Amino acid sequence: MSLASSFERLDRRWIFAITGVLVLLPLLWPLNLPLEPSPPVRAYHAAIAALPPGSRVLVSADFDPASRPELEPMARTTLRQLFEKDCKVVVVVLYQGGARFVDEIVQDVARERRRRDGVDYVNLGYKAGDEAVMVLMGQSIPNTFPRDHRGREVGTLPVMSGVQNYSSFALLVSISTGYPGTKEYVQQVQGRFHIPIIAGVTAVTAPTLYPYLQTGQLLGMLGGMAGAAEYEDLRYERGMASRGMDAQSLAHLFIALCIVLGNLAQWERRRKGTP
Amino acid sequence: MILHPSHDPAVWVAALLTLCIFSFLYRDNPFYRFAEHLFVGVSAGYYIVLNFWTVLVTNLWDPLAGAFDGRHGAPFAARLGDYRGFLLLPALLGLLLFSRFVGRIAWLARWSLAVIIGVYAGLKTTGFAQGDFVAQVHGSIQPLWTGHWGTSLSAWVFTVGLVCSLLFFYFSREHKGALGAASRLGVFFLMISFGAGYGYTVMSRISLLIGRFQFLLYDWLGFR
Repeated sequence: MSLASSFERLDRRWIFAITGVLVLLPLLWPLNLPLEPSPPVRAYHAAIAALPPGSRVLVSADFDPASRPELEPMARTTLRQLFEKDCKVVVVVLYQGGARFVDEIVQDVARERRRRDGVDYVNLGYKAGDEAVMVLMGQSIPNTFPRDHRGREVGTLPVMSGVQNYSSFALLVSISTGYPGTKEYVQQVQGRFHIPIIAGVTAVTAPTLYPYLQTGQLLGMLGGMAGAAEYEDLRYERGMASRGMDAQSLAHLFIALCIVLGNLAQWERRRKGTP
Repeated sequence: MILHPSHDPAVWVAALLTLCIFSFLYRDNPFYRFAEHLFVGVSAGYYIVLNFWTVLVTNLWDPLAGAFDGRHGAPFAARLGDYRGFLLLPALLGLLLFSRFVGRIAWLARWSLAVIIGVYAGLKTTGFAQGDFVAQVHGSIQPLWTGHWGTSLSAWVFTVGLVCSLLFFYFSREHKGALGAASRLGVFFLMISFGAGYGYTVMSRISLLIGRFQFLLYDWLGFR
Protein backbone atom coordinates (compact mmCIF):
# COMPACT_ATOMS: atom_id res chain seq x y z
CA MET A 1 0.00 0.00 0.00
CA SER A 2 1.43 3.38 -1.01
CA LEU A 3 1.88 6.32 1.35
CA ALA A 4 -0.85 8.29 -0.45
CA SER A 5 -3.49 5.57 -0.23
CA SER A 6 -2.64 4.72 3.38
CA PHE A 7 -3.06 8.40 4.26
CA GLU A 8 -6.38 8.58 2.46
CA ARG A 9 -7.68 5.58 4.39
CA LEU A 10 -6.43 6.81 7.78
CA ASP A 11 -9.34 7.51 10.13
CA ARG A 12 -8.87 11.14 11.20
CA ARG A 13 -9.84 10.17 14.74
CA TRP A 14 -6.35 8.69 15.06
CA ILE A 15 -4.97 12.20 14.53
CA PHE A 16 -7.30 13.57 17.23
CA ALA A 17 -6.31 10.77 19.61
CA ILE A 18 -2.56 11.21 19.09
CA THR A 19 -2.88 15.00 19.50
CA GLY A 20 -4.84 14.45 22.72
CA VAL A 21 -2.23 12.06 24.12
CA LEU A 22 0.64 14.39 23.15
CA VAL A 23 -1.09 17.26 24.96
CA LEU A 24 -2.07 15.20 28.01
CA LEU A 25 1.20 13.44 28.80
CA PRO A 26 3.42 16.53 29.26
CA LEU A 27 0.78 18.04 31.53
CA LEU A 28 1.03 14.95 33.74
CA TRP A 29 4.80 14.51 33.41
CA PRO A 30 6.46 17.82 32.38
CA LEU A 31 9.48 17.65 30.08
CA ASN A 32 10.70 21.14 31.02
CA LEU A 33 11.78 21.99 27.49
CA PRO A 34 13.89 25.18 27.39
CA LEU A 35 12.35 28.56 26.53
CA GLU A 36 14.18 31.47 24.94
CA PRO A 37 12.37 34.83 25.32
CA SER A 38 11.99 36.53 21.92
CA PRO A 39 12.80 40.24 21.30
CA PRO A 40 9.11 41.38 21.38
CA VAL A 41 8.67 39.66 24.76
CA ARG A 42 11.89 41.15 26.13
CA ALA A 43 10.71 44.58 24.91
CA TYR A 44 7.34 44.10 26.67
CA HIS A 45 9.09 43.24 29.92
CA ALA A 46 11.58 46.09 29.50
CA ALA A 47 8.83 48.67 28.86
CA ILE A 48 7.33 47.97 32.30
CA ALA A 49 10.74 47.61 33.96
CA ALA A 50 11.71 51.07 32.66
CA LEU A 51 8.74 52.79 34.33
CA PRO A 52 9.61 55.02 37.29
CA PRO A 53 8.22 53.54 40.53
CA GLY A 54 4.72 54.80 41.27
CA SER A 55 3.85 55.47 37.62
CA ARG A 56 0.21 55.36 36.65
CA VAL A 57 -0.58 52.64 34.10
CA LEU A 58 -3.77 51.98 32.14
CA VAL A 59 -4.51 48.29 31.55
CA SER A 60 -7.19 47.53 28.98
CA ALA A 61 -8.13 43.89 29.53
CA ASP A 62 -10.34 43.11 26.55
CA PHE A 63 -10.96 39.39 26.72
CA ASP A 64 -13.41 36.84 28.09
CA PRO A 65 -13.09 33.27 29.39
CA ALA A 66 -12.83 31.91 25.81
CA SER A 67 -9.24 33.24 25.64
CA ARG A 68 -8.34 32.23 29.15
CA PRO A 69 -5.44 29.81 28.44
CA GLU A 70 -3.54 32.44 26.45
CA LEU A 71 -4.44 35.75 28.05
CA GLU A 72 -5.00 35.02 31.74
CA PRO A 73 -1.31 34.15 32.35
CA MET A 74 -0.29 37.38 30.57
CA ALA A 75 -2.71 39.46 32.63
CA ARG A 76 -1.58 37.91 35.91
CA THR A 77 2.15 38.26 35.22
CA THR A 78 1.71 41.83 33.94
CA LEU A 79 -0.22 42.88 37.05
CA ARG A 80 2.42 41.27 39.27
CA GLN A 81 5.21 43.19 37.54
CA LEU A 82 3.24 46.45 37.71
CA PHE A 83 2.45 46.02 41.40
CA GLU A 84 6.10 45.20 42.13
CA LYS A 85 7.01 48.54 40.53
CA ASP A 86 4.46 50.22 42.87
CA CYS A 87 2.51 51.35 39.81
CA LYS A 88 -1.00 52.73 40.20
CA VAL A 89 -3.06 50.49 37.97
CA VAL A 90 -6.34 51.51 36.31
CA VAL A 91 -8.11 48.64 34.55
CA VAL A 92 -10.80 49.05 31.90
CA VAL A 93 -12.69 46.40 29.92
CA LEU A 94 -14.08 46.98 26.42
CA TYR A 95 -14.98 43.36 25.70
CA GLN A 96 -18.46 42.35 26.75
CA GLY A 97 -18.54 39.25 28.86
CA GLY A 98 -15.08 39.88 30.26
CA ALA A 99 -15.75 42.35 33.08
CA ARG A 100 -16.41 39.87 35.87
CA PHE A 101 -13.73 37.45 34.72
CA VAL A 102 -11.13 40.22 34.52
CA ASP A 103 -12.19 41.51 37.94
CA GLU A 104 -11.54 38.09 39.49
CA ILE A 105 -8.00 38.12 38.05
CA VAL A 106 -7.31 41.68 39.22
CA GLN A 107 -8.63 41.05 42.74
CA ASP A 108 -6.72 37.77 42.99
CA VAL A 109 -3.35 39.29 42.03
CA ALA A 110 -4.02 42.38 44.18
CA ARG A 111 -4.71 40.17 47.22
CA GLU A 112 -1.55 38.18 46.50
CA ARG A 113 0.54 41.41 46.31
CA ARG A 114 -1.39 43.14 49.14
CA ARG A 115 -2.60 46.12 47.09
CA ARG A 116 -5.58 48.21 48.18
CA ASP A 117 -8.63 48.54 45.95
CA GLY A 118 -9.28 52.20 45.10
CA VAL A 119 -5.87 53.30 46.41
CA ASP A 120 -3.29 51.24 44.50
CA TYR A 121 -5.57 50.00 41.73
CA VAL A 122 -9.11 50.20 40.43
CA ASN A 123 -11.17 48.23 37.95
CA LEU A 124 -13.43 50.65 36.08
CA GLY A 125 -15.29 47.74 34.50
CA TYR A 126 -16.93 47.36 31.10
CA LYS A 127 -18.09 50.13 28.83
CA ALA A 128 -19.96 49.49 25.57
CA GLY A 129 -18.97 51.46 22.49
CA ASP A 130 -15.72 49.91 21.27
CA GLU A 131 -13.59 52.51 19.45
CA ALA A 132 -15.89 55.36 20.45
CA VAL A 133 -14.99 54.63 24.10
CA MET A 134 -11.28 54.68 23.23
CA VAL A 135 -11.62 58.12 21.67
CA LEU A 136 -13.84 59.33 24.51
CA MET A 137 -11.20 58.32 27.08
CA GLY A 138 -8.84 60.66 25.28
CA GLN A 139 -11.15 63.52 26.26
CA SER A 140 -12.02 62.49 29.80
CA ILE A 141 -11.71 59.16 31.56
CA PRO A 142 -13.87 60.17 34.58
CA ASN A 143 -16.67 61.17 32.20
CA THR A 144 -16.34 57.94 30.20
CA PHE A 145 -16.32 55.82 33.37
CA PRO A 146 -18.25 57.84 36.00
CA ARG A 147 -18.35 54.76 38.28
CA ASP A 148 -16.02 51.82 38.76
CA HIS A 149 -16.88 48.11 38.51
CA ARG A 150 -18.29 48.17 42.07
CA GLY A 151 -20.45 51.24 41.46
CA ARG A 152 -18.24 53.73 43.37
CA GLU A 153 -17.92 57.24 41.96
CA VAL A 154 -14.44 57.45 40.45
CA GLY A 155 -13.92 61.01 41.73
CA THR A 156 -13.89 59.66 45.29
CA LEU A 157 -11.10 57.12 44.67
CA PRO A 158 -7.51 58.14 45.58
CA VAL A 159 -6.06 56.11 42.68
CA MET A 160 -8.08 58.24 40.24
CA SER A 161 -6.99 61.54 41.76
CA GLY A 162 -5.68 63.77 38.97
CA VAL A 163 -6.63 61.35 36.20
CA GLN A 164 -7.92 63.26 33.19
CA ASN A 165 -7.22 61.34 30.01
CA TYR A 166 -4.44 59.29 28.37
CA SER A 167 -1.89 61.98 29.24
CA SER A 168 -2.30 60.97 32.90
CA PHE A 169 -0.73 57.59 32.18
CA ALA A 170 2.88 56.56 31.55
CA LEU A 171 1.93 53.39 29.66
CA LEU A 172 -1.05 51.63 28.13
CA VAL A 173 -1.11 47.83 28.37
CA SER A 174 -3.58 46.28 25.94
CA ILE A 175 -4.36 42.62 26.61
CA SER A 176 -6.87 41.68 23.96
CA THR A 177 -8.47 38.79 22.13
CA GLY A 178 -9.80 40.56 19.03
CA TYR A 179 -12.16 43.44 18.35
CA PRO A 180 -12.00 45.90 20.04
CA GLY A 181 -8.42 45.43 21.04
CA THR A 182 -4.81 46.30 20.37
CA LYS A 183 -5.26 47.13 16.66
CA GLU A 184 -7.97 49.66 17.51
CA TYR A 185 -5.85 51.16 20.31
CA VAL A 186 -3.00 51.68 17.84
CA GLN A 187 -5.33 53.22 15.26
CA GLN A 188 -7.42 55.39 17.56
CA VAL A 189 -5.17 56.15 20.51
CA GLN A 190 -1.46 55.75 19.76
CA GLY A 191 -1.48 57.96 16.68
CA ARG A 192 -3.78 60.57 18.19
CA PHE A 193 -2.73 60.75 21.84
CA HIS A 194 0.86 59.43 21.54
CA ILE A 195 0.75 57.17 24.60
CA PRO A 196 3.29 54.29 24.60
CA ILE A 197 1.52 50.94 24.14
CA ILE A 198 2.54 47.35 24.84
CA ALA A 199 0.28 44.43 23.98
CA GLY A 200 -0.52 40.87 24.99
CA VAL A 201 -2.66 39.13 22.37
CA THR A 202 -3.90 35.73 21.26
CA ALA A 203 -1.74 33.84 18.78
CA VAL A 204 -4.36 34.29 16.04
CA THR A 205 -4.08 38.08 16.36
CA ALA A 206 -0.29 38.29 16.76
CA PRO A 207 0.75 38.12 13.05
CA THR A 208 -1.48 41.11 12.22
CA LEU A 209 0.29 43.21 14.84
CA TYR A 210 3.93 42.61 13.87
CA PRO A 211 3.90 45.60 11.46
CA TYR A 212 3.11 47.84 14.46
CA LEU A 213 6.11 46.43 16.31
CA GLN A 214 8.36 47.12 13.34
CA THR A 215 7.26 50.78 13.19
CA GLY A 216 7.52 51.26 16.96
CA GLN A 217 3.78 51.88 17.36
CA LEU A 218 3.88 48.96 19.79
CA LEU A 219 6.86 48.87 22.14
CA GLY A 220 6.55 45.16 22.91
CA MET A 221 4.24 42.22 22.41
CA LEU A 222 3.33 38.86 23.89
CA GLY A 223 1.89 36.55 21.22
CA GLY A 224 -0.22 33.64 22.43
CA MET A 225 0.70 31.03 25.01
CA ALA A 226 4.33 31.02 23.84
CA GLY A 227 4.61 34.77 24.50
CA ALA A 228 2.99 34.35 27.92
CA ALA A 229 5.37 31.49 28.80
CA GLU A 230 8.44 33.45 27.68
CA TYR A 231 7.27 36.41 29.79
CA GLU A 232 6.82 34.11 32.81
CA ASP A 233 10.32 32.77 32.16
CA LEU A 234 11.76 36.30 32.14
CA ARG A 235 10.03 36.94 35.48
CA TYR A 236 11.24 33.59 36.94
CA GLU A 237 7.63 32.47 37.36
CA ARG A 238 6.25 29.07 36.43
CA GLY A 239 2.60 29.75 35.70
CA MET A 240 -0.08 28.10 33.59
CA ALA A 241 1.50 29.19 30.29
CA SER A 242 4.90 27.69 31.11
CA ARG A 243 3.24 24.47 32.25
CA GLY A 244 1.39 24.25 28.94
CA MET A 245 4.37 24.85 26.64
CA ASP A 246 5.68 21.25 26.64
CA ALA A 247 2.27 20.10 25.39
CA GLN A 248 2.25 22.95 22.88
CA SER A 249 5.65 21.97 21.49
CA LEU A 250 4.80 18.26 21.12
CA ALA A 251 1.46 19.02 19.44
CA HIS A 252 3.20 21.41 17.01
CA LEU A 253 5.80 18.78 16.12
CA PHE A 254 3.05 16.26 15.43
CA ILE A 255 1.07 18.70 13.27
CA ALA A 256 4.23 19.64 11.35
CA LEU A 257 4.86 15.91 10.76
CA CYS A 258 1.28 15.47 9.49
CA ILE A 259 1.79 18.40 7.07
CA VAL A 260 5.05 16.91 5.75
CA LEU A 261 3.50 13.43 5.34
CA GLY A 262 0.39 14.92 3.71
CA ASN A 263 2.55 16.80 1.20
CA LEU A 264 4.63 13.70 0.48
CA ALA A 265 1.42 11.73 -0.17
CA GLN A 266 0.16 14.46 -2.48
CA TRP A 267 3.50 14.50 -4.32
CA GLU A 268 3.31 10.72 -4.73
CA ARG A 269 -0.21 10.95 -6.18
CA ARG A 270 0.91 13.57 -8.70
CA ARG A 271 3.94 11.47 -9.64
CA LYS A 272 1.69 8.50 -10.37
CA GLY A 273 -0.67 10.73 -12.33
CA THR A 274 -3.66 10.10 -10.04
CA PRO A 275 -5.96 13.14 -9.86
CA MET B 1 0.29 10.90 41.07
CA ILE B 2 -2.20 12.12 43.72
CA LEU B 3 -5.76 13.06 42.79
CA HIS B 4 -8.00 15.36 44.81
CA PRO B 5 -11.30 15.61 42.88
CA SER B 6 -13.11 18.92 43.28
CA HIS B 7 -16.01 19.19 45.74
CA ASP B 8 -17.51 22.10 43.81
CA PRO B 9 -20.68 21.03 41.88
CA ALA B 10 -20.09 23.85 39.34
CA VAL B 11 -16.68 22.39 38.47
CA TRP B 12 -18.26 18.95 37.98
CA VAL B 13 -20.95 20.39 35.67
CA ALA B 14 -18.28 22.23 33.64
CA ALA B 15 -16.09 19.11 33.45
CA LEU B 16 -18.91 16.81 32.32
CA LEU B 17 -20.04 19.34 29.70
CA THR B 18 -16.45 19.58 28.45
CA LEU B 19 -16.35 15.79 28.06
CA CYS B 20 -19.72 15.91 26.25
CA ILE B 21 -18.27 18.39 23.74
CA PHE B 22 -15.05 16.34 23.34
CA SER B 23 -17.18 13.27 22.53
CA PHE B 24 -17.92 14.84 19.11
CA LEU B 25 -14.35 14.03 18.10
CA TYR B 26 -15.40 10.38 18.04
CA ARG B 27 -18.75 10.93 16.32
CA ASP B 28 -21.94 12.97 16.61
CA ASN B 29 -23.95 11.80 19.61
CA PRO B 30 -26.79 12.87 21.98
CA PHE B 31 -24.37 14.00 24.73
CA TYR B 32 -22.66 16.41 22.34
CA ARG B 33 -25.98 17.72 21.03
CA PHE B 34 -27.28 18.24 24.56
CA ALA B 35 -24.17 20.25 25.54
CA GLU B 36 -24.30 22.22 22.29
CA HIS B 37 -27.97 23.20 22.69
CA LEU B 38 -27.44 24.03 26.35
CA PHE B 39 -24.52 26.28 25.45
CA VAL B 40 -26.46 28.13 22.75
CA GLY B 41 -29.47 28.67 25.02
CA VAL B 42 -27.48 29.73 28.07
CA SER B 43 -25.28 32.07 25.96
CA ALA B 44 -28.31 33.77 24.41
CA GLY B 45 -29.91 34.31 27.82
CA TYR B 46 -26.65 35.41 29.41
CA TYR B 47 -25.90 38.02 26.75
CA ILE B 48 -29.45 39.43 26.84
CA VAL B 49 -29.16 39.96 30.60
CA LEU B 50 -25.58 41.23 30.23
CA ASN B 51 -26.63 43.75 27.58
CA PHE B 52 -29.48 44.99 29.73
CA TRP B 53 -27.32 45.58 32.81
CA THR B 54 -24.04 46.68 31.20
CA VAL B 55 -25.36 48.68 28.25
CA LEU B 56 -28.91 49.90 28.79
CA VAL B 57 -28.79 50.46 32.55
CA THR B 58 -25.25 51.82 32.94
CA ASN B 59 -25.04 53.81 29.70
CA LEU B 60 -28.59 55.10 29.45
CA TRP B 61 -30.91 54.61 32.39
CA ASP B 62 -28.53 55.52 35.25
CA PRO B 63 -27.13 58.70 33.61
CA LEU B 64 -30.63 59.84 32.57
CA ALA B 65 -32.05 59.15 36.01
CA GLY B 66 -29.14 61.09 37.55
CA ALA B 67 -29.68 64.01 35.19
CA PHE B 68 -33.40 64.33 35.88
CA ASP B 69 -33.49 63.65 39.65
CA GLY B 70 -32.96 67.36 40.34
CA ARG B 71 -29.97 66.88 42.67
CA HIS B 72 -27.38 68.05 40.13
CA GLY B 73 -29.23 71.09 38.79
CA ALA B 74 -30.71 71.38 35.33
CA PRO B 75 -30.63 68.12 33.39
CA PHE B 76 -28.81 69.69 30.44
CA ALA B 77 -26.31 71.73 32.49
CA ALA B 78 -22.81 71.62 31.04
CA ARG B 79 -21.32 71.06 34.50
CA LEU B 80 -22.81 67.58 34.49
CA GLY B 81 -19.72 66.86 32.43
CA ASP B 82 -20.99 64.26 30.04
CA TYR B 83 -24.25 66.08 29.20
CA ARG B 84 -26.34 63.20 30.40
CA GLY B 85 -29.66 64.91 29.66
CA PHE B 86 -28.74 64.81 26.00
CA LEU B 87 -28.76 61.02 26.19
CA LEU B 88 -32.46 61.37 25.34
CA LEU B 89 -31.35 61.82 21.75
CA PRO B 90 -29.45 58.49 21.43
CA ALA B 91 -32.31 56.84 23.37
CA LEU B 92 -34.72 58.08 20.71
CA LEU B 93 -32.39 56.90 17.92
CA GLY B 94 -32.18 53.51 19.61
CA LEU B 95 -35.97 53.24 19.75
CA LEU B 96 -36.22 54.20 16.08
CA LEU B 97 -34.26 51.04 15.21
CA PHE B 98 -37.32 49.04 16.29
CA SER B 99 -39.48 50.85 13.71
CA ARG B 100 -38.28 48.22 11.22
CA PHE B 101 -40.90 45.93 12.71
CA VAL B 102 -43.69 48.30 11.59
CA GLY B 103 -43.90 48.38 7.80
CA ARG B 104 -45.30 51.91 7.36
CA ILE B 105 -42.65 53.65 9.45
CA ALA B 106 -39.76 51.25 8.83
CA TRP B 107 -37.84 54.03 7.05
CA LEU B 108 -37.33 55.80 10.39
CA ALA B 109 -34.68 53.18 11.31
CA ARG B 110 -32.49 54.64 8.57
CA TRP B 111 -31.89 57.73 10.69
CA SER B 112 -30.36 55.65 13.46
CA LEU B 113 -28.36 53.56 11.02
CA ALA B 114 -27.11 56.73 9.33
CA VAL B 115 -25.72 57.98 12.66
CA ILE B 116 -24.11 54.61 13.48
CA ILE B 117 -22.54 54.24 10.04
CA GLY B 118 -21.45 57.89 9.92
CA VAL B 119 -19.77 57.82 13.32
CA TYR B 120 -17.97 54.52 12.73
CA ALA B 121 -16.96 55.40 9.16
CA GLY B 122 -15.42 58.62 10.50
CA LEU B 123 -13.64 56.85 13.36
CA LYS B 124 -12.35 54.07 11.11
CA THR B 125 -11.16 56.43 8.38
CA THR B 126 -9.18 58.69 10.68
CA GLY B 127 -7.88 55.73 12.69
CA PHE B 128 -6.73 53.88 9.59
CA ALA B 129 -5.15 56.99 8.11
CA GLN B 130 -3.18 57.72 11.30
CA GLY B 131 -2.42 54.25 12.59
CA ASP B 132 -1.98 52.26 9.42
CA PHE B 133 -1.50 54.30 6.27
CA VAL B 134 0.86 57.13 7.27
CA ALA B 135 2.72 55.25 10.00
CA GLN B 136 3.19 52.09 7.93
CA VAL B 137 4.37 53.94 4.82
CA HIS B 138 6.77 55.90 7.02
CA GLY B 139 7.99 52.70 8.66
CA SER B 140 8.52 51.03 5.27
CA ILE B 141 11.09 53.59 4.15
CA GLN B 142 14.32 52.11 5.48
CA PRO B 143 18.01 52.68 4.79
CA LEU B 144 19.35 49.70 2.82
CA TRP B 145 22.83 50.01 4.33
CA THR B 146 22.83 50.39 8.10
CA GLY B 147 26.52 49.78 8.75
CA HIS B 148 25.88 46.19 9.88
CA TRP B 149 25.59 43.24 7.49
CA GLY B 150 22.80 41.52 9.44
CA THR B 151 20.42 44.48 9.72
CA SER B 152 21.26 45.59 6.17
CA LEU B 153 20.33 42.15 4.83
CA SER B 154 17.11 42.31 6.84
CA ALA B 155 16.31 45.72 5.30
CA TRP B 156 16.94 44.35 1.79
CA VAL B 157 14.73 41.29 2.38
CA PHE B 158 12.02 43.58 3.77
CA THR B 159 12.19 46.01 0.84
CA VAL B 160 12.30 43.31 -1.86
CA GLY B 161 9.44 41.44 -0.16
CA LEU B 162 7.35 44.60 0.13
CA VAL B 163 7.86 45.67 -3.51
CA CYS B 164 7.31 42.16 -4.94
CA SER B 165 4.19 41.54 -2.84
CA LEU B 166 2.75 44.88 -3.98
CA LEU B 167 3.54 44.04 -7.61
CA PHE B 168 1.61 40.77 -7.26
CA PHE B 169 -1.52 42.88 -6.69
CA TYR B 170 -0.86 45.11 -9.73
CA PHE B 171 -3.37 43.87 -12.29
CA SER B 172 -3.21 46.61 -14.95
CA ARG B 173 -0.56 44.71 -16.94
CA GLU B 174 -0.12 41.05 -17.73
CA HIS B 175 2.31 39.35 -15.33
CA LYS B 176 5.04 38.55 -17.88
CA GLY B 177 8.76 39.29 -18.07
CA ALA B 178 10.24 41.28 -15.18
CA LEU B 179 6.79 41.98 -13.71
CA GLY B 180 5.96 38.26 -13.83
CA ALA B 181 9.22 37.31 -12.11
CA ALA B 182 8.73 39.94 -9.41
CA SER B 183 5.11 38.94 -8.77
CA ARG B 184 6.13 35.25 -8.56
CA LEU B 185 8.73 36.20 -5.97
CA GLY B 186 5.98 38.19 -4.21
CA VAL B 187 3.89 35.00 -4.02
CA PHE B 188 6.74 33.30 -2.09
CA PHE B 189 6.78 36.12 0.46
CA LEU B 190 2.98 35.95 0.76
CA MET B 191 3.14 32.17 1.24
CA ILE B 192 5.68 32.60 4.05
CA SER B 193 3.38 35.10 5.78
CA PHE B 194 0.38 32.74 5.36
CA GLY B 195 2.48 29.93 6.83
CA ALA B 196 3.40 32.06 9.84
CA GLY B 197 -0.27 32.97 10.26
CA TYR B 198 -1.24 29.29 10.07
CA GLY B 199 1.38 28.36 12.66
CA TYR B 200 0.07 31.01 15.05
CA THR B 201 -3.52 29.80 14.47
CA VAL B 202 -2.50 26.23 15.32
CA MET B 203 -0.84 27.52 18.50
CA SER B 204 -4.05 29.35 19.45
CA ARG B 205 -6.25 26.29 18.93
CA ILE B 206 -3.85 23.95 20.76
CA SER B 207 -3.78 26.50 23.60
CA LEU B 208 -7.56 26.14 23.95
CA LEU B 209 -7.17 22.35 24.13
CA ILE B 210 -4.40 22.71 26.71
CA GLY B 211 -6.62 25.07 28.72
CA ARG B 212 -9.44 22.52 28.80
CA PHE B 213 -7.04 19.70 29.75
CA GLN B 214 -5.53 21.85 32.50
CA PHE B 215 -9.04 22.50 33.80
CA LEU B 216 -9.89 18.77 33.77
CA LEU B 217 -6.59 17.73 35.35
CA TYR B 218 -5.99 20.47 37.89
CA ASP B 219 -9.40 21.99 38.72
CA TRP B 220 -11.62 18.92 38.35
CA LEU B 221 -9.43 15.94 39.22
CA GLY B 222 -7.11 17.94 41.47
CA PHE B 223 -3.98 16.41 39.97
CA ARG B 224 -0.87 17.44 41.87
